[in-house]
Amino acid sequence: MYGKKVKLRIFFFSIIFLAILLTTFLILKSLEENVVYFISPSDVKVLPELSKKKIRIGGMVKKDSIETNAKEILFIITDYKSEIKVSFSGSIPNLFAEEKGVVAEGFLKDRNYFTAKKILAKHDENYMPPEVKKALESKK
Amino acid sequence: MFNIFSPSKIFSITSRATKYVFAIFILIISVGLIEALFLSPKDYIQSDSVRIMYVHVPAAWISLGIFSLIALLSISILIFKNKTFSLIAKSLAPSGFIFSIIALVTGSIWGKPTWGTWWAWDARITSMLILGLFYLMYIVAWRVISPNNANKVTSIIAIIGVVNIPVIKFSVDWWSTLHQPSSINILSKSTIHHSMLVPLIIMTAAFALFSLLIFLMKYNTELIKIKNKGLDRL
Repeated sequence: MYGKKVKLRIFFFSIIFLAILLTTFLILKSLEENVVYFISPSDVKVLPELSKKKIRIGGMVKKDSIETNAKEILFIITDYKSEIKVSFSGSIPNLFAEEKGVVAEGFLKDRNYFTAKKILAKHDENYMPPEVKKALESKK
Repeated sequence: MFNIFSPSKIFSITSRATKYVFAIFILIISVGLIEALFLSPKDYIQSDSVRIMYVHVPAAWISLGIFSLIALLSISILIFKNKTFSLIAKSLAPSGFIFSIIALVTGSIWGKPTWGTWWAWDARITSMLILGLFYLMYIVAWRVISPNNANKVTSIIAIIGVVNIPVIKFSVDWWSTLHQPSSINILSKSTIHHSMLVPLIIMTAAFALFSLLIFLMKYNTELIKIKNKGLDRL
């Protein structure tokens, strides 16, 4: 139904398109380490070596783990498999709370202790009015 | 095969359609803004800053949608050498570009009080920035490349750029990102309350109409330009 030239072009452009797709895939795959914004506490446990470079660790703030003193705030980031203790001095975002997502940027002291230079609160995908939240909690 | 798309026929419709589209747009955006700013509830944790979402999410959707459309048209431009399609694709780009910028800026404004940062180089935000840059490249290419080659070069830019669209969409599922995953899912349960979904959908309709309006205006200008050159057909 199409001319020979059109058919040839369809073939040619599909090949080109697949090549672009494959290239992008390979680039992203090879850059995976840099594409991830943060690693989990479990990832920290299996790191082949502890680098001195700045990294980000993300997870949930463990329940009842936040301690504040005059100098700093201490809390535990957990992914419900392993956890890591974090110390931080500075201002924390408003949404920072227990059992909420958090991303800490800083340096690893060892596999269980992290010194954060910056704290970001991670918002989850749940959007609801306060009344609905209350109703959900009372059901629990 | 695409005779219904002949410029003179289209112009007789598009030149009249503008004012109707404008009227409907004003109506829908008024309802949408009242819903988004006053009638919809606060969020349980973000409080009023959730209202930024009613601009941010529709803007992002529309900019992704328009780029996909441009890429689809570009494929047929390259394969069928259809010149009306290149005019349509060219006229679609400005509103898509505006919405990609709006999505980035409103995201930044939301990020500061929520995350505690204006900007993060996470996969979602970076890929969205790349989309903005592709729009920019596409629009600049139409301006600087000679008219004989412009439709080919811009089509190639659009086809390369469209690979980025699924990356934007699935970035939050493929990698760990600061940006939250999608709240509105077709296959699984959505995690947004229906009282917040309603203004979101109305605002999306309003932005789509705005894009249509900008598209029609731009398209009419392009058709007038061709007429002024004294060409009967493209």
